[in-house]
Amino acid sequence: MSDSLPVLRSDGRGHADRAAAFLRDEPHAHWHDQAVWFVRAKRDRAASAVPEWERLREVASRIKAHTQARLADYLEEFERKATAAGATVHWARDADEHNAIVHRILSERGVTRLVKSKSMLTEECHLNPYLEARGIEVTDTDLGERIVQLAKEPPSHIVMPAIHKKKEEIGDLFHEKLGTPEGLSDPTRLTEAARAHLRERFMAAQAGLTGVNFAVAETGGFVVCTNEGNADMGTSLPPIHVACMGVEKIIPRLEDLAVFLRLLARSATGQPCTSYTTHFLGPMRGGELHIVVVDNGRSALLAREQYRRALHCIRCAACMNTCPVYRRSGGYSYTYTIPGPIGIVLATARGVDGHASLPFASSLCGSCDDVCPVKIPLHEEILTGRRDLAERGLQPMSKRLGMRLAALVLRVKLLYLAAGATARFLGRNLPRGVLYARWNPWGRQRELPPMPRETFRQLYRKERRPRV
Amino acid sequence: MKVALFIPCYVDQLYPQVGLATVRVLEKLGVDVVYPEDQTCCGQPMANAGFASDAAPLARRFLEVFGGFEHVVCPSGSCASMVRNHYDALIPGAPGLEAVKRATYELCEFITDVLKIGRIAGRFPRKVGLHQSCHGLRELRLGSSSERLEAPYSKVASLLSSLEGIELVPLARVDECCGFGGTFAVVEEAVSCMMGRDRLADHVKAGAEIVTGTDVSCLMHMDGLARRAKAPLAFRHVAEVLAEAMP
Ligand code: SF4
Repeated sequence: MSDSLPVLRSDGRGHADRAAAFLRDEPHAHWHDQAVWFVRAKRDRAASAVPEWERLREVASRIKAHTQARLADYLEEFERKATAAGATVHWARDADEHNAIVHRILSERGVTRLVKSKSMLTEECHLNPYLEARGIEVTDTDLGERIVQLAKEPPSHIVMPAIHKKKEEIGDLFHEKLGTPEGLSDPTRLTEAARAHLRERFMAAQAGLTGVNFAVAETGGFVVCTNEGNADMGTSLPPIHVACMGVEKIIPRLEDLAVFLRLLARSATGQPCTSYTTHFLGPMRGGELHIVVVDNGRSALLAREQYRRALHCIRCAACMNTCPVYRRSGGYSYTYTIPGPIGIVLATARGVDGHASLPFASSLCGSCDDVCPVKIPLHEEILTGRRDLAERGLQPMSKRLGMRLAALVLRVKLLYLAAGATARFLGRNLPRGVLYARWNPWGRQRELPPMPRETFRQLYRKERRPRV
Repeated sequence: MKVALFIPCYVDQLYPQVGLATVRVLEKLGVDVVYPEDQTCCGQPMANAGFASDAAPLARRFLEVFGGFEHVVCPSGSCASMVRNHYDALIPGAPGLEAVKRATYELCEFITDVLKIGRIAGRFPRKVGLHQSCHGLRELRLGSSSERLEAPYSKVASLLSSLEGIELVPLARVDECCGFGGTFAVVEEAVSCMMGRDRLADHVKAGAEIVTGTDVSCLMHMDGLARRAKAPLAFRHVAEVLAEAMP
């Protein structure tokens, strides 16, 4: 992605149509809503055990803002310290460079079998297909990631990639791919089967790749948080560790982790901390550590003041879990690597083509702003996205004209009164078949509001009021 | 004390009784009410759809109509928030904007914070579900949102629960959006309606007879769904509940 102004083309009704398709199976949509809400509720309980929760959010937001303002300095400091600790730091301008660097590291060392732990960045860069096309077998080792990888699907959630799948579906998938008994859907036994299968892959791997949750400038070390220990297996069995991080993962000091680690797991899954919080500093004895630092549009985002705070994101997914739209439309309805409120903001701000419907996939309820551990004003940025589209003429013509007309009418009191009276008259007198015909999306599942004969201002005047 | 009534366009046109109830409540609390008749719409529909340049003239018009009043009171959290929180983006630095922003209040907020009335003398012996409309809740902070870890409060619920005989029913999801969201209600019709139906189910399960709230727009959406589904729920704006309860 270049630094030029983003290109965004309309994707028509895009998200709305995809959401409607998801909702056609209403019981499944209800199940999805409840499964995701359950995580939001767990987050509430975990957060409420921390009396200074709101202060932590504020401090986290300030640390991120501070770091952003001096990003280049902190990145250089990180490179210096990481190199001194024995790591090799690589810089990638975009996804292509990132993929090429990772491939070069692996191919130069004859690696054909790679185990990966969860990394949204490599999803963003589409690393897996890139490596597979070049003869490298990539195994995602996070259970949820492995499920969607076996199903040949992208993740539908950034923390729980397979949240859209019921255990029965996973049972069928494992039966087909891993040979588990037909009809087996007991989560514990399915997990055991996955574990045995993954263990073989771990043993055979020649290199391990991880994401990075936080990179500490002052030490040159970084932290990876997982719940399954797969990142630890993947980096302690094979001698080569490749860690991929976006530039925004940097934090200044080790002690800043005390803020972010307390927020991350509680916000993400409602756990006090992730089961594994692994600190890496330099390579293992006799091994190699490569850190690939990726920009891929991030500095362009930093330059756009109204969207800048989206880079505070620590990918906890709390905004997805709380989003009433996400829960009822599923991750795929966004067709962007990152779904939910933060996905809308990133896709719009970074100008990813074909996502012009996303800013409208929000009721602007603001729940995401309040849940976000780093206080990104998500619903405001979504609104900014709508404004951007309108200003650049990227909203549909019918809507533009409609809004222009409505604004004109509302500006002239007499027109407003006449239009209101006409609409109410029609509302009272048109036959139901016309009122509730296809043109009226309001009326498909809802009754229209009452169409009273008199307005407030008429009734008020009748009620003896002096005019102002 | 004198206040200027700001009646949102859809209340003027579709729910005149809510405007009248607002007048009644304020007058019973000893306030002089005036209704500037030149008002039309605050511009929220255009602004929320992203059409800032279409909304700006309406914002300017609002300043002309309401500039100079010490207090502007509105029976809608969303429209009051439009003025207070979004006009800056539409007409930045406009003369008089700061004063109008400071003057504008949602009804329950005005009663609580300006009139400093915490209890309403009145009787309303019904089971009531409170719908906390999002912009009132998270933009005006009429109450604590369930996401934030702060001491729980709700200006609307406090006023309501001071009524004799009222029972505010406990909801499973205390402040989930109903899915109205302005143009969202039609652009994302499928999701919008499912969100609304989920809210209805929560209120029915909790035993509510009446659902109330600060914003008729949300109530209109849920009422439309409830009538289609023949759900046993009535919808009343909080001003109507208060007006009916006050002797
Ligand atoms: S935007 Fe905030 S809530 Fe959403 S994933 Fe990022 S950090 Fe978490």
